[in-house]
Amino acid sequence: MSDIFVQGTQMLLVLLLAPLLTGFVRKVKARLVRRQGASVLQPYRDLLRLLRKEVVLADNASWLFRVTPYITFAAIWVAAALVPTFATGLLFNWTADLIAIVALLGSARFFLALAGMDVGTSFGGIGSSREVMIAALAEPAMLLIVFCMALVAGSTQLSTVANFLGSSYVGLRVSLGMALVALFMVALAENGRIPVDNPATHLELTMVHEAMVLEYSGRHLAMIEFGAFLKLLLYISLIACVFLPWKIALVGTGPLAYAVGAGVYVVKLTAAGFFLALFETATAKMRVFRYPQFLGAALMLGLLGTLLLFVSRSF
Amino acid sequence: MMSAVVLQMTCVAGLLGLAVLAIAMSRTEIATSLIYSATLAVSAIALIGATRWLLGNPANATTLTLPIGLPWLGAHFRLDALSSFFLIVVNLGGAAASLFGLGYGHHESAPHRVLPFFPAFLAGMNLVVLADDAFSFLLCWEFMSLTSWALVMAHHREPGNARAGFVYLVMASFGTLALLLAFGLLAGPAGDYGFAAIRAASHTPYVAALVLILMLLGAGSKAGLVPLHVWLPLAHPAAPSHVSALMSGVMTKVAIYGFIRVVFDLLGPPIWPASVIVLFLGSITAVMGILYAMMETDLKRLLAYSTIENIGVIFVALGLALAFQANGQQLLAALAFTAALFHVFNHSLFKSLLFFGAGAVLTATGARDMDKLGGLIHRMPFTSFVVLVGCVAISALPPFNGFVSEWLIFQAMLQSPDLPQWALKIMVPAVGAMLALAAALVAACFVKAYGVTFLGRPRSLAAETAIEVDRFSLSAMFILATLCLLAGILPGLVIDALSPITIDILGGRMPIQANEAWLSIAPIAEGRSSYNGLLVMVFITVSASLAVYFIHRFASHALRRGPAWGCGFSDSVPAAQYSSASFAQPIRRVFGTLAFYARDHVDMPPPGDIRPARLRIELHDPIWERLYEPIAGAIGRSSERLNRLQFLTIRRYLSLVFATLVTLLLVLAIWS
Repeated sequence: MSDIFVQGTQMLLVLLLAPLLTGFVRKVKARLVRRQGASVLQPYRDLLRLLRKEVVLADNASWLFRVTPYITFAAIWVAAALVPTFATGLLFNWTADLIAIVALLGSARFFLALAGMDVGTSFGGIGSSREVMIAALAEPAMLLIVFCMALVAGSTQLSTVANFLGSSYVGLRVSLGMALVALFMVALAENGRIPVDNPATHLELTMVHEAMVLEYSGRHLAMIEFGAFLKLLLYISLIACVFLPWKIALVGTGPLAYAVGAGVYVVKLTAAGFFLALFETATAKMRVFRYPQFLGAALMLGLLGTLLLFVSRSF
Repeated sequence: MMSAVVLQMTCVAGLLGLAVLAIAMSRTEIATSLIYSATLAVSAIALIGATRWLLGNPANATTLTLPIGLPWLGAHFRLDALSSFFLIVVNLGGAAASLFGLGYGHHESAPHRVLPFFPAFLAGMNLVVLADDAFSFLLCWEFMSLTSWALVMAHHREPGNARAGFVYLVMASFGTLALLLAFGLLAGPAGDYGFAAIRAASHTPYVAALVLILMLLGAGSKAGLVPLHVWLPLAHPAAPSHVSALMSGVMTKVAIYGFIRVVFDLLGPPIWPASVIVLFLGSITAVMGILYAMMETDLKRLLAYSTIENIGVIFVALGLALAFQANGQQLLAALAFTAALFHVFNHSLFKSLLFFGAGAVLTATGARDMDKLGGLIHRMPFTSFVVLVGCVAISALPPFNGFVSEWLIFQAMLQSPDLPQWALKIMVPAVGAMLALAAALVAACFVKAYGVTFLGRPRSLAAETAIEVDRFSLSAMFILATLCLLAGILPGLVIDALSPITIDILGGRMPIQANEAWLSIAPIAEGRSSYNGLLVMVFITVSASLAVYFIHRFASHALRRGPAWGCGFSDSVPAAQYSSASFAQPIRRVFGTLAFYARDHVDMPPPGDIRPARLRIELHDPIWERLYEPIAGAIGRSSERLNRLQFLTIRRYLSLVFATLVTLLLVLAIWS
């Protein structure tokens, strides 16, 4: 029974918190450069405003262009519903393990990249082609992170991993630290954050994600933006549940543990959002063809973490 | 009730009879419809027979001996679990290609060059899978190669096809030579060529290693293993599209069957270094194949290169199975082996589908060059839908079938730390990263293929005026697309159906998946990893529907059509869209500079000059230039030297003969 409750709560929780997280990151970034910044609630207002606006569709946009926002949103939402946030006992956690969750995000990206090609403008093409290049660089690194994690926890099932790392004494491990850094780098690339892509930029040749969705407007754009908010939340939840499973409510604990878990989860999100904003403010965006070095470093960290685990089980 | 193997052989005889019939009547009006509907019927019967056999009780194989072939040997045929699975793959592909051919074949310019060879090619592939002695196997293998060569040469006047046929012939002969040597080694000095005798004999490690290498050369060249793949992207696209589908989707699988039959079945227990070679070649093949595909602008050649990538994936899985089997871990070997077979099945489905799609595009527009296409989603709505399904499936995205087999391979890889050998322990994560890279590049490649061909604005008049293809072609594609989805959401059924094969070949099996709740699959244990394609599908549908419902309930319905925004600058020329070369540019720059020494040469005229700016892309095929050209050059030079021997005087010929005689006699004298 509690599983259904946890699953349902989580599905709503991620929807409610995702825009807030993005709003918070934007606010902190603004404050760090001594601007007032918009309210943390601004993403909600943006979404509502977009929902009320009419859709301007390019003349030759196909049905694929119109269904993509819903497909990508659905795929990301399903993936986000399967990453433990405040409790591990999700009803459907066995539906997909971490590899499948990453692949679900891949599905979302695939359709978004196709939509970028649909109208036939150069901006869509440049965005799509760069997005798939980033994916090609990020996925090998992601797999090695999964490898490293599965070696420690003996599973790719996120609930099992969180249960294992949260309950038993794992201690500080060098290879987990390497995997954490690597996952952080992959998450930056996947979410289009600085230094890989600039989420705040518009109308520049340097942008990737924004160029791909340039032709979207109105409710379609709202779905895509919401998907992007959710994806950021998903990656932070993923990092939190694997590397900082502190106080996450385990299976079979009472309502108090759930309340504590939820509270701690919000604290983790806040900390992660603050750290992300700090990192983005302190870093400059890279040139496009520097990405291979950035993500190659993530790959090497993942590989090194895995090999260290072979050499010594205690690292 | 005739025994299963007799039924299969009757179907083969039927196909051969159809080939003869097609020669007789190939120039008549009804030939196309008649031959393709007859092959469809025969393939369907063979498919049903093989499926019933595999799902029934395939523990005891049935055999058949025909008094043809070598006089003291006869021709042996046998149906066991492994061959019944490959018969399903062959005949499913054959039935789908026949159905597609019913519509597509009417556009054929030279039906008399296709119709006789099409059923014969199918018969050849069936026979290879059924053969139970080395002689029949090689004979049927050659028959399969030659009939497919004839189909490749069907349009022999088109530029490039003659060269494709030549390269194919050379590589096929080379492959058969390797197979011949492999079977010679297996039969040993006693020379018993029956598979049963070979299986019973024990082979020394040297023989086993040599046979493995020869099989990698022989079966690998037919399957398209890098660096023996050079013929494949030339020959597969040259054939008519439904034959391309058979060659890419099915014939490469028959080659994999040959590899499995010899290395896993006949050769006895494997040794672990074998797996290192297979894993290495497989991962190189996967990455190189898809990088080649990414650089390609011809739709059918892109698909052929993507076949090479999938062959690499299958070989990686087979290498893992070898590694686990060599260490006595039957359960994990069964997992990797099941993944390989599952991928064989999946690839035959979606690659056939995609080649049919390319054929439909070719019928509708007459173009294979993607840079002359575009916008077909408006003109060919059904084709573009099924091809989209094929693209999603091949890109290994859930909830379709390609993902399940890749997921199973990754699950097998995650168990590799249990292996005792350090070389394998360190190698497998690296191979996994290569496979993940290949998977991501596949998605990129098919975004490109679909985006440039079907999306955007039409780049030529032909693409602008394309019309949807006929119902037969569409139904073949829809059936395959449905199977892609079904295999993706009900993977447990496929895995359970494959278990008799792993029991037969490896002596172990994966856990029974039918017992898992909600039709999910758990390769080892649910706590370790599980996946449920059906629920993923349901969840995506439900959450997308929820999103659509809320949007339509609460959001604005207003919609206005207008010119594309494009940051205020709308380029009116469709040629200014992203083309396949420009889409590949980031990946070409990142990976291509390393793999293909890719260089972009920009020729920008100075201001005031009115000649157009040009971008030239320089690509080198390292394998062709570093491996094949030197060999071809050496052969050419030595034959030029030897050529002089043909213009000697009679005196010199006589002295040459005398010298040879003396040398041989001397050798003989020293020898004895």
